[in-house]
Amino acid sequence: MSFNIEKVRADFPILQQQIYKHPLIYFDNAASTQKPRQVIEAITWYYEHDNCNIHRGVHYLSVKATEAYEETREKIRAFINAKKSCEIIFTKGATESLNLVASSFGKRYIKPGDEVITSIMEHHSNFVPWQQMCLERGASLRILGINEKGEIDLDELKKLLNKKTRLIALTHISNVLGTINPVKEIVAIAHQHDVPVLLDGAQGVSHLPVDVQDLDCDFYCFSGHKMYAPMGTGVMYGKERYLEELPPYQLGGEMIKEVFTGRSTFNELPFKFEAGTPNVEGVAGLRAAVAYLQDLGMDNISSYEDDLLKYATEKMSAIGGIKFYGTSHHKASVISFLIGGTHPYDAGMIIDKLGIAVRTGHHCAMPLMDFLKIPGTVRASFAFYNTTEEIDQLVSAINKVKEMLL
Amino acid sequence: MTLPETETQIISEFAMFDDWMDKYNYLIELGRTLPVIDEQYKTDQYLITGCQSKVWLHAALNDGKVVFTADSDAIITKGIVNLLIRVLSDQTPEEIMQARMEFIDRIGLQEHLSPTRSNGLSSMIKQMKLYATVFKMKGA
Repeated sequence: MSFNIEKVRADFPILQQQIYKHPLIYFDNAASTQKPRQVIEAITWYYEHDNCNIHRGVHYLSVKATEAYEETREKIRAFINAKKSCEIIFTKGATESLNLVASSFGKRYIKPGDEVITSIMEHHSNFVPWQQMCLERGASLRILGINEKGEIDLDELKKLLNKKTRLIALTHISNVLGTINPVKEIVAIAHQHDVPVLLDGAQGVSHLPVDVQDLDCDFYCFSGHKMYAPMGTGVMYGKERYLEELPPYQLGGEMIKEVFTGRSTFNELPFKFEAGTPNVEGVAGLRAAVAYLQDLGMDNISSYEDDLLKYATEKMSAIGGIKFYGTSHHKASVISFLIGGTHPYDAGMIIDKLGIAVRTGHHCAMPLMDFLKIPGTVRASFAFYNTTEEIDQLVSAINKVKEMLL
Repeated sequence: MTLPETETQIISEFAMFDDWMDKYNYLIELGRTLPVIDEQYKTDQYLITGCQSKVWLHAALNDGKVVFTADSDAIITKGIVNLLIRVLSDQTPEEIMQARMEFIDRIGLQEHLSPTRSNGLSSMIKQMKLYATVFKMKGA
């Protein structure tokens, strides 16, 4: 272990509580992560010292708040190694980022008969916007399948790519299966066909070091709240040449250059895509979260979480009667499973009573559930503040589920 | 047995349990003994959609009383469905419409009725009362 787990846990006030007389064990990190006190304090600090509307004032506070906001954009640029900070657009989450690209990319580039490629493992937020955009524009959505391990087949991708393909929209890491897609290879294949690639990084950015220039992806979308930052924050990264060409998504203040009664001209990047007063408080928290992650080191986080995943997979396999969904060798710390023939809802109710937060259901991936022919799964997803002792508790809870339900 | 009598009986049954595990074990047992709905009614037409567990509900009027049969794909949900049926089935439409279902609170299962649990149970009670209302209107 490359960092002090006790010290890390002490940074997360919410983890110190008891629920149903058990110490809280939080294994729902793929849905949302907890916030370190550094993030919570950054929000408080913002309201106690800096609160002000940004970008439009000449007074002291406005300048200060604007500087802090724009500095954060630069910190995010460095965090994912984008080329320019104008390629970082603040949104309210991955969902908004994805909707923004689907809407603006659709308007600019998609004509009837065109094709967009996505996969069966997508979260609804990287599926429904493309599906609806294609329906509206008379284009078709082509869907990559998965093998029994929960992996995409690159040969299938090569077969799907053709002259009508306008974009590949794919998740970096599956929120259900944990599969880490070979995104760098996929981008290289797509670019050979002059097809841009959008990556849904909602799960990716909190588990792996992300370098968008190295991946060479054209868009990378993620949420703050899944990376220890406040709810209602998110980022849409796009290569400058695409962002210059895409039309604005929302209209209003901040995003305009000049407004006349009969027409308007739009602001330059990144402001063209940031209509209205943004979530300045949230962005202050996002900055603190990024600093926290960089302090721990994404490589350290990734390797610690890998150890947790290996430990949990081993211990849970030893229980017997557990069916795992997603067994790729390239996997993040997400385990989806079913216990014997039990319904995930029943299992989840019992595990909850033992003080462990897991998620049950379709995990916003209904096409994947249909593909797997199951009503849902139980999902345990680990973060760097989780421990092997907590995983032992989950194993006991699963044994209790078996005892009560089987 | 009248509707309030059944509620009182269920409350006293649950009074025996002092921890959640005994209570859940009992619900699981009740789930296993639920008189299962006729297969012909286990279709989308009779499905009450919760986000996670499914509930199928059928109602028929028999001699002025509403007879409910139901099923669920989750066993704990099925146990609670069993209780709802014990209380509301074989009662007149008026009694069902007026039922306040306070026993759920009294036996500590109100959390299961919260719509956020996404188990279809809160919609199930609404649906049972709706059936009763329709039967009453038809009868009137």
